[in-house]
Amino acid sequence: MANADEFRQTPRSIHFKVNGKPVAAEVEPRITLLDYLRDRMLLTGTKKGCNEGACGTCTVLVDGKRMNGCLTLAVQCDGREVTTIEGIGSPERLHPVQQAFIDHDAFQCGYCTPGQIVSAVACIAEGHATDADSVREWMSGNICRCSAYPQITAAVLEAAAKMKG
Amino acid sequence: MRNFAYEVADRPDDAFEADGTRTMAIAGGTELLNWFRLGIAGPDRVIDIGRIAGLDSIEQSGDSLSIGALATLNQIGEHPAVRKHAAVLADACLKAASAQIRNRATIGGNLLQKTRCAYFRAEAPLPWGCNKRAPGSGCAAREGLNERHAIFGWTEECVAVQPSDPLVALAALDAEIELHSRDGRRVLPVGDLHLTPVEAAAAGFDAARTETRLTPGEVIVGYRLPLRDGARSAYVKVRERASYEYALVSAAAVVTIAGGRIAQVAIALGSVAQKPWRLRAVEARLVGQPPARDAVLPILEAGVAADARPLARNGYKVAMAARAAARAIVEAAA
Repeated sequence: MANADEFRQTPRSIHFKVNGKPVAAEVEPRITLLDYLRDRMLLTGTKKGCNEGACGTCTVLVDGKRMNGCLTLAVQCDGREVTTIEGIGSPERLHPVQQAFIDHDAFQCGYCTPGQIVSAVACIAEGHATDADSVREWMSGNICRCSAYPQITAAVLEAAAKMKG
Repeated sequence: MRNFAYEVADRPDDAFEADGTRTMAIAGGTELLNWFRLGIAGPDRVIDIGRIAGLDSIEQSGDSLSIGALATLNQIGEHPAVRKHAAVLADACLKAASAQIRNRATIGGNLLQKTRCAYFRAEAPLPWGCNKRAPGSGCAAREGLNERHAIFGWTEECVAVQPSDPLVALAALDAEIELHSRDGRRVLPVGDLHLTPVEAAAAGFDAARTETRLTPGEVIVGYRLPLRDGARSAYVKVRERASYEYALVSAAAVVTIAGGRIAQVAIALGSVAQKPWRLRAVEARLVGQPPARDAVLPILEAGVAADARPLARNGYKVAMAARAAARAIVEAAA
């Protein structure tokens, strides 16, 4: 199977958008979206935690939907629009979710925070940030080992209320 | 992760070459990428069926509901027709995994996920026996840490359980699964898709490794759910934390009530066997009872205990399964 071996080495050409900017990439099929963002694009806001879909710290938006970057191949993003934490708010103008996390002290070590914020932006857009129980359920894919859950829940609810008003 | 060739399928036929070993089909990939990392699978070639147009539809027509294999767990869980006519399936989908995994995970791939047995899900090379990973190497769970393992249908070769939530709901709903291959199209009851090690051995297959009746190159295209007038349903998932966790035991119940009594009932248990475990003999005995815990629990307890073969560390599942089923009946009828 010399041909199959050869083909395995061949990168695939893909075109997608990351934080609104078009990207033309040559990627090996095995490269995950998470590794592509961090290692090739140096967008290191998206964190690598468990690398098996158990912690949610690699959460990004693909065509507006939150997904685990570690469970997505970069080649599967051909033609898609990816949003990372770097595409949410700016240092001068924070996103309401980012401001609410600061106001509520919703982190300690901060490692899970980018994933929490991307996930919260989606949670609010989906209409699931209605009450504390719903936020806890729909944010359960983002683990915080410092256990800032009460503050995270409060921050998500406040941001949802502000974004509505 | 070993590298592989990657191609995109335009229609199910493009995936008929996926034999499940050297060539594999991928859709959401939430399970497959972890198999690749652990060495559970290492194909040369991966065919992406995730972009096949129209395969993610959810449609009601007359007395049935059709769900395409590429519908995601979130799409199904939040679909008004599913919530109205098959609440058990909607709940099972939304109680599975996390919001972000459910945006990728498809109902086709979900049923083909493998056991969460910790001895099975370790990085190759394994330091212990696992007949699923290495035929003939033994089953470390048989005498080891088997709190989460099977109480039905296991053999000395393998004591694993199937962890899918939607599968349990589909089995209770008497859903059918549609498969396409080079040989054409066939339809199976979803509850017959998986084999316990006992069933696999009886059919002459490798007891530990043969988990489904799928043949190499067969592609799951979708599901059909019969809708019964007046049927109500519920899914109970018992787990160690309230969200984002696999079941210790789960129960799906579909009931029809007439005159305050059970006229028809289907119950499937999850995470107790390598397949959804229907309680058919018990279902017959429940007809005529009021849908109340006191009335149904003794019947369920006797029925589950009669067939259960708990392992050294999972005797609790016998009581838990009966109680989860009782709760599912009460919640469905409420």
